[in-house]
Amino acid sequence: MLYFFEQFLNGIQLGMLLFLLAAGLTLIFGIMDLVNLAHGSLYMLGAYFAATFADWTDSFLLGAMLALAATALTGMLLEVVAVRRLYGRSHLDHVLGTFGLLLFFNELVRLIWGPAGMTLSLPSEMLNAVEVLPGLFYPLYRLVIIGVTLVVAVLMYLLIMRTRLGMLIRAGASNREMVGALGINIKLLYTMVFGLGAALAGFAGLMQAPILTVQIGMGENILIAAFVVVTIGGIGSIRGAFVASLLVGLADTVGRSFMPDLLHTFLTESASSSLGRALSSMMIYLVMALVLIARPEGLFPAAGK
Amino acid sequence: MSPAPKVAVKTGWSIGPVTPRVGLNIAMIATLAVVPVYAALTGNAFALTLFTRVVILAIAALSLNLIMGFGGMVSFGHAAYLGIGGYAVGILAKEGIGSGFVQWPIAVAAAALYALIVGALSLRTRGVYFIMITLAFAQMIYYVAIGLDRYGGDDGLTIYHRSSFGGLINLSNRIVFYYFCFGLLLVGIYLVWRIVNSRFGMVIRGARSNERRMRAIGFPTFRYQLVCFVIAGAMCGLAGALLANHTDFISPAMMHWTRSGDLIVMVVLGGMQAMFGPLIGALTFLILEEGLSRLTEYSNLILGPLLLVVAISIHGGIDGLITGQRGG
Repeated sequence: MLYFFEQFLNGIQLGMLLFLLAAGLTLIFGIMDLVNLAHGSLYMLGAYFAATFADWTDSFLLGAMLALAATALTGMLLEVVAVRRLYGRSHLDHVLGTFGLLLFFNELVRLIWGPAGMTLSLPSEMLNAVEVLPGLFYPLYRLVIIGVTLVVAVLMYLLIMRTRLGMLIRAGASNREMVGALGINIKLLYTMVFGLGAALAGFAGLMQAPILTVQIGMGENILIAAFVVVTIGGIGSIRGAFVASLLVGLADTVGRSFMPDLLHTFLTESASSSLGRALSSMMIYLVMALVLIARPEGLFPAAGK
Repeated sequence: MSPAPKVAVKTGWSIGPVTPRVGLNIAMIATLAVVPVYAALTGNAFALTLFTRVVILAIAALSLNLIMGFGGMVSFGHAAYLGIGGYAVGILAKEGIGSGFVQWPIAVAAAALYALIVGALSLRTRGVYFIMITLAFAQMIYYVAIGLDRYGGDDGLTIYHRSSFGGLINLSNRIVFYYFCFGLLLVGIYLVWRIVNSRFGMVIRGARSNERRMRAIGFPTFRYQLVCFVIAGAMCGLAGALLANHTDFISPAMMHWTRSGDLIVMVVLGGMQAMFGPLIGALTFLILEEGLSRLTEYSNLILGPLLLVVAISIHGGIDGLITGQRGG
C-alpha cells in the first residue's frame, strides 16, 4: 500500500511536469495553430542554462531564475527570427521546419556544452526526505516540484482567466482574425505567447535537471509524451492538458511499477520482465489510441475549432 | 473554342516536350543506373553503399508520398513499416528460415496487416490528431522491438545471411543487390503512377482536396483511404526488407520517430505529389547529410536551418522549384 502511494506521488510528479510542457504546446497550437516539434529543445535549453548559471552563481535558486529568463528570451527570439514565418502554413510545413530547428538546437548544444552532458546539484537542504505517511519517506525535492508546478498552474489559470493579456490570449484562440481587426498587436501577442510557452518548457527542464542528467536529446522523449498529453486533452485546451497530464503521468508510472509484477502472476520471470518493460513503455500511447478511438478530438475539444 | 494547348502530362511519363522536370528525371535515373559502373571504375565502394541506401529509402518515401502527397494523410509513423519489414526478415533469418520467398511475402504481409489496423483506427481522426495517432502507434511498435530480448532488444540483431532466392538472384553481390533495389524502385514509381491516375487514385486525390464533397457524391472515402494506406504500408514493408538486407542488421533505431521525420523531410523536400519527388528528396537529403558530415562535425547546424528555409520559402519542394508550379 505504501509502495502504491509512493508510485502514485511519482505519477503526479511526472504528470505535473508534463503539464508544464503541454500547457505551452497547447497554447501555441491553440492560438498560432502551430505544431512545434522544437518545444522539447526549449526544455533541454532550460536544463542546460540552469546547470550553467547555477555553476556560475553558486546558487541553485539564482541559476534557476536566470535560466528561466534566458529560456523565455531565447523563445521570443526564436519566434521573431524563425517561427513567425511558419504561421498560416500547412501543418506539414510546421513539422518540417520545427524538425529542422530541433536538429539545429541539438547540434548547437553539442557545440557549446560538448557531448558529455551535465549535472545540476541541489542545495543540501533539498536532499532530505520527508515522512509523508507513517513509514513512507518521500524526497523533499519531488514534493517541491509538485507544489511549485501546482502554483504555476494556478498562476496560469489566473493569467488566462483574470488578466487583460489572458483575455487577448483567449480571444486569439477563438478568433485570430477578429482580434487583429480590433487593433490588437497580434504579432506582439504571438511573440509573448511563444515566450510564455518557452518559459514553461524551460521551467520544466530546469526543475527536472537535478533528477536526470542534463543531456542532448533529453527533450525528445518528453516532447512526444507532451504531444500525447495535448492530443488526449484536446488540442488547444489547457484544462484538457491538465487532466490529461495527470492521466498520462499516472498511467506511465503505475504501468512501469506494476506491469512486470502483474504479468509475473501468469508468466515466467524473464518473460514478464521484458514484456512488462515493453508494455509499460507503450502504456501512454495505448491510452492515447484508446481515447482518440472513442473521442477523435480528445477529451476536451477546444470550442470553435 | 481554341484547341487545348499541348502540355506535358503532370506525372511525366508521356514522351512530350522535354520540360526541365522531364530532363531532370531522365538525368537522375540515368545517373543512378551508372552508379555501380562508377563505383567499380574508381574503386569507391562507399558510393555504392550510399546509393543503395538512397534507392531503398526512396521506395519508402515513395510509399509515404502516395498517402501523404496524393492522399493528404500525414503519417508521422512511417518508419514503423520499415521496421516491421526489417524485423520480419531478421527474425525469420535468426530462426533459420533464410529463403526470401518466405521472408519477403511475410515482411510485406505483416506491414500490410499493421497498416490495416493502424489505418482503420487512425482514419477516424483528422489533421493533427491523425499525425499524432500514427506517431503513437509507431512508438508502440518501437517499444515492442525494444522488448524483443530474443532478437537483440535495444541493441539490435545482426543478420548473417541475406535473403536467398535459390539460384535466381544473389543478393550478397552488392552490384546485383543495387540493381535489384533500383529495379524495384522503378516498378514502384510505375505502380504509384498507375494508382494515382486510376479511378481509385482520383477518389483518393478528391478526398484530399474535399472529403465532404466526395462523400456527398457517394464515395465511401474511408474505405478508399484505408486501402491506399495499406498499399503504402505494404510497399514500405518491402523497403524495410531491403534495408535489413542492405545493412545486414536490424535494430529499434530503424523506427525511431526521427526516422519517420526523415521520411517526411524527404517527401516534402523532393516535392509532394510529384512522381519522382520522393526520389529527388531521398537523393538530396542523404547526399546532403553525407556531404555536410564530411564538411563539419556539426553538420546539423547547417542542415536544420536549411530544412526551415525549405519549409518557409519553397512550395512544392525541389520539383516545384524546377517546374515553377506550386505544390498543394
